Amino acid sequence: MNNVIFSINGPVVTVRNSKDFSMLEMVYVGNKRLIGEVIGVNDQATTIQVYESTTGLCPGEPVEPTGAPMSATLGPGILSNIFDGIERPLKKIAEESGAFIPEGSNIPSLDFNREYDVTVTVRPGDHLKGGDIYATCPETALILHKCMLSPFLEGDVVAVKPDGKYKVNDTVVTIQKENGETTELTLCQKWPIRRARPFQTRKPIDMPLITGQRVIDTLFPIAKGGTAAIPGGFGTGKTMTQHQLAKWCDADIIVYIGCGERGNEMTQVLEEFSQLIDPKSQKALTDRTTLIANTSNMPVAAREASIYTGITLAEYYRDMGYHVAIMADSTSRWAEALREISGRLEEMPAEEGFPAYLPSRLSEFYERAGYTVNLNGSEGSVTIIGAVSPQGSDFSEPVTQNTKRFVRCFWALDKSLAYARHYPAINWMTSYSEYLDDLSGYYERNVGKDFLSCRQKISNLLNQEAQLMEIVKLIGSDVLPDDQKLIIEIANVIRVGFLQQNAFHQDDTFVTMEKQLKMMQIILYLYEQAQKYIAKRVPISQIMETGLFDKLIKMKYDVPNQNLALFDDYYKAVDEALARLNQA
Amino acid sequence: MSVQFVGLNEINGPLVVLDHVKNASFDEVCELTLSDGTRRTGRIVEMEGERVVVQVFEGTNGLSLKNTRTRFTGHPMEMPLSTEVLGRIFSGAGKPIDGLGDIYPEKYADINGKPLNPVSRTYPQNYIRTGISSIDALMTLIRGQKLPIFSGSGMNHNKLAVQIVRQAKIADEDGQKFGVVFAAMGVKNDVADYFRRSFEESGVLQNVVMFLNLSNDPIIERILTPRCALTTAEYLAYEHDMHILVILTDMTSYAEALREFSSSKGEIPGRKGYPGYLYSDLASIYERAGIIEGAKGSVTQIPILTMPNDDITHPVPDLTGYITEGQIVLDRTLDQTGVYPPISILPSLSRLMKDGIGEGFTRADHSAVSNQLFAAYAKVNDARSLASVIGEEELSPTDKQFLNFGRMFEEHFLNQGFDENRTIEQTLDLGWDLLSLLPKDALDRVDSSLLERYYDPKRADRFKDYVKEHLNA
Repeated sequence: MNNVIFSINGPVVTVRNSKDFSMLEMVYVGNKRLIGEVIGVNDQATTIQVYESTTGLCPGEPVEPTGAPMSATLGPGILSNIFDGIERPLKKIAEESGAFIPEGSNIPSLDFNREYDVTVTVRPGDHLKGGDIYATCPETALILHKCMLSPFLEGDVVAVKPDGKYKVNDTVVTIQKENGETTELTLCQKWPIRRARPFQTRKPIDMPLITGQRVIDTLFPIAKGGTAAIPGGFGTGKTMTQHQLAKWCDADIIVYIGCGERGNEMTQVLEEFSQLIDPKSQKALTDRTTLIANTSNMPVAAREASIYTGITLAEYYRDMGYHVAIMADSTSRWAEALREISGRLEEMPAEEGFPAYLPSRLSEFYERAGYTVNLNGSEGSVTIIGAVSPQGSDFSEPVTQNTKRFVRCFWALDKSLAYARHYPAINWMTSYSEYLDDLSGYYERNVGKDFLSCRQKISNLLNQEAQLMEIVKLIGSDVLPDDQKLIIEIANVIRVGFLQQNAFHQDDTFVTMEKQLKMMQIILYLYEQAQKYIAKRVPISQIMETGLFDKLIKMKYDVPNQNLALFDDYYKAVDEALARLNQA
Repeated sequence: MSVQFVGLNEINGPLVVLDHVKNASFDEVCELTLSDGTRRTGRIVEMEGERVVVQVFEGTNGLSLKNTRTRFTGHPMEMPLSTEVLGRIFSGAGKPIDGLGDIYPEKYADINGKPLNPVSRTYPQNYIRTGISSIDALMTLIRGQKLPIFSGSGMNHNKLAVQIVRQAKIADEDGQKFGVVFAAMGVKNDVADYFRRSFEESGVLQNVVMFLNLSNDPIIERILTPRCALTTAEYLAYEHDMHILVILTDMTSYAEALREFSSSKGEIPGRKGYPGYLYSDLASIYERAGIIEGAKGSVTQIPILTMPNDDITHPVPDLTGYITEGQIVLDRTLDQTGVYPPISILPSLSRLMKDGIGEGFTRADHSAVSNQLFAAYAKVNDARSLASVIGEEELSPTDKQFLNFGRMFEEHFLNQGFDENRTIEQTLDLGWDLLSLLPKDALDRVDSSLLERYYDPKRADRFKDYVKEHLNA
């Protein structure tokens, strides 16, 4: 046995004088068979990062190549499950080894004993290309799992099993390849996590991902197949925003990656999502969710892999024709894992100790998002929403800056908003979305002709307010003329009544696009009417006394999503209250 | 008798290098015996073939290349454990230093622990009443939470920690046992002594385990201190069903020890010279708070750290904030104006609070009151900065009301005696009293029905005298 450990430094081990390993190959390290991956090869030494704690490892223990790159097992049983960074099932591990995670656990990713109701969709003689669907089975109450031929294969069906109950590893279809070899197809397949799954073409982006969060849907929308970053210091609500999106956005599948974050947060997602009901389908949210949990105290190398595992699962469901959204919380922890491994390899550091290849790794990740026509002709999308945790809340640090170059939607969380408990603390001055033009057609067709003009007016008012506040900070608000005071007051209604959203209020946690539009319309109506009265020299203090502004601030709680007719009363209230001023 | 290695190959700071070592394993503990018979402990931190790098916990003073014999123990760093540890005092490396002899261990546990499976955690939901208004109402401590105190040199974070220990109703009514594990890292002797005395005075000393690594003790031991403490805490919580409160002070000294150690290993530094793995390292400590599904006990952490130059963006508080479930930030200006505890509420936060308060836990109006107090106090700050430019006289009437509210809030809500133990009802009622100082339409975070029930300008009458006096002046 030549392949033995030579040196150990934290999660990095080397093997000397071996030519048996290939780059990014998965290996078993030591007597405990810890999982590792080859990250460097030269004629003197092979460098391996180990995905588990290396405590107790000795030089001289064997290292065993597997001949395959780090792969994820793809098949039914992924949804409603929770995995670690290299797709090991955490629930099974807990059942077998108790509350603490042991090293070298070798439990298969999917439950091989569970039976699924399989419908075979091909007949003998059919020709199958990569990506074609050969069987389906209901994976959860909500999602129909479609077993697809691996993109590497092509051939003619020679045998099929009748419909019925099968386990993940049972053969259901046999195909014959061009060279005459036969391959047996089970319900699952393997895919290397660092390689993007192929598709036919990308489609232009024109569908929004509706999130039910007003500041996002209205001001800074994200598209299906798009990318967004949520940067923010600690306590600004990154995780909270991600949870809200995971709960309410209109994707078919959610992949939630807890990358180097808190253990209790993952527990919370597990508990909360099993109780919550999806508004569209009336089924539990866990039915459409899969969790990758590599918490901050779990091995750092697996944290680096968790992002790729997550996106591979997402692409797999995209290939079935589903819209998938990935929440990656947080990409900074992933970048730090890169830095940590890079440091152990004694690579030359670039900015702040991060390796020079940080931007290329980030772009590789975000470019795996997209709205695609898949190999089997279906359409699906992968949307990536990545949280960024800038050190010291300083957005000029390398991870935030590089991420900004590769995403098209930037939701900057603001400390001062969070301090005032204005959630979601998305700063409307520094955030942006490049998807607005792509989505304008959708809004005009499906929400309302005036949606974009209302949005623009709201955005202008907020801008004007920001400029006025500069003056107010210097000389106070008393000296402003009444029309400018009106801008400040109406902007306050927009900020508190519209942008701020209460995640714990049953009517406010998710808001339909129709209600968002109606809320904007009534706010702008009040503004325009009040402007007329100001022009007639009615003092602003009198207009404020009507209580209309406070009434509008509370409308988010008072008008439920199902009863938008109530908005008519608001128009009446505005007209009547202002008319009374006229008489006086 | 196992093999001993005579001599060393290299000494560099706290690290020594040995050659031709066979059958050692990574992270293994070894014992170094000097020629005068004194013993030191070390740990393997790097291996390359038969060359191993050992970090010596007690420092390398007096070591030479010749006078040392090294024996490898064959296991990673372990802590002997039994319920006898309660009431005892240990060194930072887990050796008894109170002169009462060794512990008869029931078991040995690896001090590095193992990561807790997120599936096996129970989401913490039971609140701990500390009797301190600002904490209970605005950043509620939850059993199983990790909630650090961000302080600065010279502020009374120690006093606050002692008050929490004394007043915290951490145990259930059903008489479950309560214990404190106290780990001092690089603190002054006086501080350690203050804690010991305070525990004694409040009569909890027999339930306290103390780990002391004072500022003049070796830094390598400091890296072990929190791990020994948490291993003990986990043992007591999960095997003896106790509710354990862990106090770690001062995490900044810990991080500095880590930096010193890292630079002597010649590692590439990250921000401000701290090693790139500072986040993962801190996480391996903080993440050991929690509750295991099915276990009766819990581990709650209150780490204390001093922000160098009161800078919250310094790597240590910054990374800590990203890992812990909130933070309690102390403010020097409040401290100087005599407010105790000087908690700066705006940057303070408890992430687990939202699910541990309200109906069935505290009181139905809790979350509304806390949101409104935060929002109102944020406005107070705006009004203050405006007043500092244009003068108080020129402020609008509403802004003046906010200024008054701010003063009363600091004086009556934040400020409370070291011995004052307020119930949650008292605290929330006090909150409404203060909110009633403000005009009704300024309370935009509260449901109309709650306003109906609790808002009443008469409630604020007891502050009237002060307000009048102030306005006249």
